[in-house]
This record gives sequence, C-alpha cells and structure tokens, in this order.
Amino acid sequence: MNTTTHQGNAAPSSASTAASTPSPQRHSILPPLKARDFDRAGKLGSNISIALEALWANRLRSLLTTLGVFIGVAAVIAALIMTQGVSASITSTISSLGTNTITISPGAGSSSRGFRPPTQSSETTLSLTPDDAQAVAKVAHVTSESPIITVSEQVVYGNQNWNTRVQGVSTSFQNIQDWTIAEGAWFSDNDYLGAKPVALLGQTVYHQLFDTSGVDPIGQTIRIRNQVYRVVGILDTKGSGSDDVVFVPFSTALDRIKNSSYIDQILVQVDDSSNIGSVQAAITTLLEQRHRIPKGNVDDFNLTNSNQLLQTASQFTSLLTYLLVGIAAISLAVGGIGIMNIMIVSVTERTREIGIRISIGAQREDIRSQFLIEALTLSLIGGMLGMFIGFLLGFAITSFLGVPFVVTVTSLLMPFVISAAIGVIFGLYPAARAARLDPIEALRSL
Amino acid sequence: MVNADKQGKPIIVAHNLHKKYQLGQTFVPALRGISLEVLPGEFVAVRGPSGSGKSTFMNLIGCLDRPTQGTYWLAGKQVSQLSTRELARVRNRLIGFVFQGFNLLSRASALSNVELPMIYAGLRKDLRERRARQALQIVGLGSRLDHKPAQLSGGQQQRVAIARALVNSPSLLLADEPTGNLDSRTSVEVMAVLQALNQHGLTIVLVTHEADIAAYASRQITFRDGHLVRDEPVAHPRDAQAEWAVIANRNLDEDL
Repeated sequence: MNTTTHQGNAAPSSASTAASTPSPQRHSILPPLKARDFDRAGKLGSNISIALEALWANRLRSLLTTLGVFIGVAAVIAALIMTQGVSASITSTISSLGTNTITISPGAGSSSRGFRPPTQSSETTLSLTPDDAQAVAKVAHVTSESPIITVSEQVVYGNQNWNTRVQGVSTSFQNIQDWTIAEGAWFSDNDYLGAKPVALLGQTVYHQLFDTSGVDPIGQTIRIRNQVYRVVGILDTKGSGSDDVVFVPFSTALDRIKNSSYIDQILVQVDDSSNIGSVQAAITTLLEQRHRIPKGNVDDFNLTNSNQLLQTASQFTSLLTYLLVGIAAISLAVGGIGIMNIMIVSVTERTREIGIRISIGAQREDIRSQFLIEALTLSLIGGMLGMFIGFLLGFAITSFLGVPFVVTVTSLLMPFVISAAIGVIFGLYPAARAARLDPIEALRSL
Repeated sequence: MVNADKQGKPIIVAHNLHKKYQLGQTFVPALRGISLEVLPGEFVAVRGPSGSGKSTFMNLIGCLDRPTQGTYWLAGKQVSQLSTRELARVRNRLIGFVFQGFNLLSRASALSNVELPMIYAGLRKDLRERRARQALQIVGLGSRLDHKPAQLSGGQQQRVAIARALVNSPSLLLADEPTGNLDSRTSVEVMAVLQALNQHGLTIVLVTHEADIAAYASRQITFRDGHLVRDEPVAHPRDAQAEWAVIANRNLDEDL
C-alpha cells in the first residue's frame, strides 16, 4: 500500500514502474469545467491542426495526391499567360498601325467587320482618288488623313537588293501611325509638294541594303524601279513585319510609281475614339455623294476602323484562351478526382479513428471539417505549386514566342479560386461519408 | 466529491429499456426491458455471457445508440430522445469512455490523446494542456507525456485512456472490458487506478465477463438474454490498490 516508501530505494530500472503506481494520496479529480474555460472560436484552429497532422503523417501520399491539381493549375496558368501574351502582342501590332483611325479601301467590303490590313490593297476596283482624300480631310473631327499608295518593288543599293513594300504617304502619316525616326528626318512639306525622289527606310530594308557596306545611308541614293531616290531617314523598329517598308512622298509615288490617278487607301485619324462611329457615317455619306452611288446600291469603297480590328483580334485571342484553358481544365478535373479517391481511401483506413473521435464527443461537423480541410489543403498546396510552375512555364513559352510576359490579377487569383473550389467539390463527398459513420460500427472496425 | 451536489440523486435512471436490431426481415431483440438506477459514487460491474445484451446496454448508457423503447436519464437529463448533435455533446461532457482496445490515436502523443475530448468541447488551449497534464499525473503517467501509444505498455496505454476519459470531469466513467487485452498483473494496475478514482467520488460502470475483475466493484449486475437477472452489492470488494502494492513490492524484490 505504502508505495511511496519503496519509491525511494527503487532501482532505476524499475523506478518508473513504482513511480507510476497510482497512490490514492495523489488522486484529486480535475475541477469541473466553467463557462469561461471555453473558446469556441479556437475549435476551427484545432480542426485545422488535426487535419494538417494527418496529412503530415502521410507525407508522400499527400504530395503525390497534390500532383494532379498541381499539373492542372500549372497548365491553366501557362495557357493563360501564353494567350495573354499573344493577345498583348496582337494589340500592340494593331495599335502600331494607328489608334482612332479609319481606313478607307476601294471595293465593296466583304463584311462590315471584315479583317482588312490597311496596308494591303488586294482589291482590283479603282475608285478612290486624291480628291476623295482631300474631301475627307474636311469632315468634322478628322484631325489628319493620308492617302496611301502601296506597291511591291525591288529596292537596290550598290550590289544589294531587296524586295519590299514601297508606300507613298503624306507627311502627316508619321503622326497617324506614330513612327519615330532613328536617323535623319521624315520628308519635308517641300519634298512632298515638289514630289521629290526621297525615301525613308524601315529597319529591315536598312539592314538588308546597308549592313554589308557599313555606309551611313543618309544622303545615299537607292534605286526603286530604276529610278534614283535619296535616303533622308531611317525609321525606328516597330516589330512584327512593320519594318519591312520604304516610305516615299505620296506625290512622288503617284508620279513615278503608280502611273494612275487612283489610290489604294486613305488613312484617316479621328480626334477621339467616341467620334469614330459618327465620322465613319459622315465619310460614307460624303463618298457616296462624290461617287454618285444611288441609295440602296453597294458602295464601291469600304471603311474599317482600328477598334473593329482590335475587337476581331480580341475575339480570336479569347477563343484561343477558352480552347487552351478548357483543355487544361480537363487535367484539373482528373486532379480533383485523384483527391477524392485518396480521401475516400483515407476515410476507410481511418474508420476506427473516426469512431474514437465520435465516441469521445466529436460533432459530425468536426469530422466533416477535418476531412474537408485535408482535401482543401491538398488542393491548395497543389494550386500554389502549380501557380509557381505555371508562371515559369508561361515565362519560358512567352520568351520563346517573343510575345510579352503578362501577369494579370486573374492569373494570380485564379489558382487560389480553382484549387479551393476543387478541394471543396471533391472533398465534400468523402468528408460527408466520414461524418455519417455510425460510432459503434466504426469502433468495431480495425 | 465532484458529484457532491448530486449526492443522493441517481446518476443513471434507466426505465424499461428495449433495443431491437433489424437483421434482414426479422427483428432481433437485444434488450427486453431493463430498469436500473445507479447512485453517485457507485462502482457497478455489469456481467453476463456474450449475447446477453451487456454491450448493447453499454452503447445505450454511453449515448452511442438510442433505445427502441424506454427512457434513460443521465445526471438528471433525459437523454434517450436527444438528437445526434446533443448526444455527441453528452458523450463529450457527461461520459468518459474506456475501451478494451484502448482506442488511442496512434499518431498522437499521450498528451495530445488526452487533449482530444477538450478540443471537441471547445476548451481554451492553455487550459487543455494544463488539464491534460493533471489528468496524466492522476493516473501516474506524469513523466510519459510525449510518448506515443506504441512506446507505452498495455497498462500504461489503458491509463492514458483513463486520463482521456477523466479530463472533461464527466459524471460517469464507462469501462468496456478495460482489462480484456491485459495480463492479470496489468489488470490489477488498471483496476487500482479505477478504484482510486471511484474512492474520490467518480461513478463507474464497468462491463466485464471475468468474475475476478467484477469482484473489485461495489455492486454487480448480471445480464442474460436481454434481461437483468441479478443485481446485488458486493459485500467485500477486492482492494486493487493493496494488491498492486504487493505486486510492485515483489517486483522490486526480484529486481534487487
């Protein structure tokens, strides 16, 4: 009975046995619980740490389970970044052709929304004249205009030659399309009025003609259709094929290259994007009068504005986005099913544990949140890893394609939203199954 | 002591409890009208062969199951018709369970295992740890707080389970074959803890099929075929604490 006496002389090996002997003197039953002992808010924190402990106990399995979501999110993010980069690239290309612009082309348009690059005239119809261009310039809200003549020609300097696009434009064309000069200057009003043989070279043309000789091109003479032109300026690069061009004064082109009084396009700049619609209507009315087209007949010209182009392009890129993200979403669904699968296995494996928890007073929602938190944690970890790898992949793809690397709020928030949704959707069933278990049955299981 | 305020009023009042299980088309009666009262501070041993209905009775008393018929009051509360939610709360606050297979969480330390009922009660974290330490000290495991169940002997594991059952200050401790997985020496160790707790006023209902274990209780009731066939006080209960002291001494002598 008097175990405490023996404790003193006990050998170390058996001391623990003796010390662990229950002695009635030391028994005092714990004080009853009072209302101030409780902290209901802390219960969620406990459920979270219970869930995290369980995941940590099965580290390898947890990690492998997150792989599905990880790959899915990475694919979605990479696809998103790629299409956003492509979209940004297309937008900047279109913007480089001038903002708030309307392009008037000869011939009936195939559709009002048709995509028609303003620098190409494939139509054989001849209907626009230099006088049309001057008349359009007087329409309200038109800030500037430029008639355009476009031909494909061989350009020669010394023994170098290059096939390129030669465009006859006005002096205001520089501002409309926002061209900057690398060297020299844009041709002057005098050059324009006097129809002088002067030329501005795009970067591509400059490199093709002058790189081998290394000569400073300003003041040099080049030949276009066996006529001599003096180089007055080199343009800064704009990218995306815009640099393969030679600009000459419109008047010069009309005299020396075109040999006809018709022009290929008229580029019109409007003061504000909100006026584009009204200006477009006014120009249509004006040209219908000038060309004497009766009401109801098909026009022999068509108008395209830069906003339409942007719209068409964004339709195209969003279609691309849906396609790629859709494909990536399939792998996300597979990842979610993987989580559900493992959670069901986990619930079956831990039936006895669940029974113990319920028998000592866990509420159904405690069990449910424990397993839901496990599923949520798995998919959120997968989502975070996926976001990281997705950004790396996206960066690699965009630099390979040479398009801008765009990070938007969407691509930052999406992994969280997607993986949380997957965790809840695919974790709910296993968690509900765990919470429904009958404690007596559960305690009987091994 | 802990139940001093309820002294005299029964902790358990069971009236005409029936339980039927459905097996396919037929209903199998497991309990056929059990009426019983248990007073605070009693140590009741429930005996009977397998199939006698004692396990079913335990599940009802432990609020793990509801009777098909009859009423059951626990600590003055009618619990036989409570919702699943309220039953979980009763299990958490009014009842402490000790099982044959210990039923500890193998991943968790002794301390974490004992903390578990307090987590589900929603106790403050600092208080949880303090009470868990106290409970483990009461069962003599104050130096084994961080041990996992696998690092403890069977008797020690069962004492962790007893500490877990104590920790929310229940009105009733239910022990279902607590010595069923233990050798006779360790059984005495565990019974000594239970007897000591009972001496401090804790009401205990113990299910066992072993006569020598039932002999530690102060009252024995016997089940057969779903009926309560015998209910008698034990005139001279065995003293587990004295027996354990002898065993512990003998071990010390052998070691020396």
